[in-house]
Amino acid sequence: MAEKVNQTQNFLKGIVKDNPVFVMLLGMCPTLGVTSSAFNGLGMGVATMFVLLMSNIVVSLVKSQIPSKVRIPAFIIIIASFVTIVEMVLEAFVPFLYEQLGIFIPLIVVNCLILGRAEAFASKNNILSSIVDALGMGLGFVVALTVLGATREILGSGSIFEFKFVAEDANTFILFILPPGAFIALAYLTVLFNKISIKTT
Amino acid sequence: MDYIIILIAAVFVNNIVLSQFLGICPFLGVSSKVSTSVGMSGAVLFVMTLATMVTYLLHEFVLVPAGLDYLRTITFILVIAALVQMVEIILKKVSPPLYQALGVFLPLITTNCAVLGVAILALGLDGGSLLKAVFFAVSNSIGFGLALIVFASIREHLELANIPEGMKGVPINLLVAGLLSLAFLGFTGLV
Repeated sequence: MAEKVNQTQNFLKGIVKDNPVFVMLLGMCPTLGVTSSAFNGLGMGVATMFVLLMSNIVVSLVKSQIPSKVRIPAFIIIIASFVTIVEMVLEAFVPFLYEQLGIFIPLIVVNCLILGRAEAFASKNNILSSIVDALGMGLGFVVALTVLGATREILGSGSIFEFKFVAEDANTFILFILPPGAFIALAYLTVLFNKISIKTT
Repeated sequence: MDYIIILIAAVFVNNIVLSQFLGICPFLGVSSKVSTSVGMSGAVLFVMTLATMVTYLLHEFVLVPAGLDYLRTITFILVIAALVQMVEIILKKVSPPLYQALGVFLPLITTNCAVLGVAILALGLDGGSLLKAVFFAVSNSIGFGLALIVFASIREHLELANIPEGMKGVPINLLVAGLLSLAFLGFTGLV
């Protein structure tokens, strides 16, 4: 029973208490770079979550085989292999998303969230905990990117997941789909997130 | 002429940090003091130029002829990681004062996505040549340095400002970055 409670906590910490974007500020480049729409945010979130899950699994499986001095380069190779897989799969099956995300797909390699979890969690814990940790952290990242993308899309283009709810020629806050809007939207979402998480705990 | 356009585009119009969102981690992380941000900019200039040069040659003469283009991401990140280590070791031996100045920033650069990002973007330049790729890397690192140093100077002033409780820390920094990015948006259409 205690084991089960631990895993639930392990899962939930990534979404609220240690949310990778709003609390730990990891992986800021894709967070700001691709969230001009909710769909892009979701796509990037899912791609990152997949890489995080697979790298956490592999790292926790081979952790005892890797000498500690070369562990960082070894982790980077493991991560880079999965990023290459994601890159190929996206190019083949979702070319639209592949073009939208562009340079940020190969850059999943240097997302500090993934290397951070490999180093801080998967290299010290068993495979089950590592999977749960990756799912929780990954989901936290997906939620954060989708919320940020949706906020920017609603304000900036007056639509949500491409569904337009204002007139074609209506004036929207175009600023929010431009680069400065990313910083400003994230700033206020962080304030909101802190407010809510302080209230609940 | 080409080169002037690359320089202006990289420094002002498509600033690597403020409009392309590469290298945000060091931008937010080491920008609390102007002196550290100068050190970081120097280290990035050094590594980015060297890394772009090596990865460009590797791509042109090894990966493409061998048909291994899809290994680009893996190769580049390994080269960058190895290069950073090597630069650190060489600097320590050859130029201790420079090592003192840049030393602490070097390990951080491996995970600076601006370095990998510029190495990949440099492959896609029109009529690319080695010289152009290297110049592109230098221009981008100047853009990175400009954004970082301006941001650090604003943050030093911010220390003394009276900020609402909920905005303290990360949110106010992001907001300042947003306003800075808005200012750089004014350069749109320059080239």
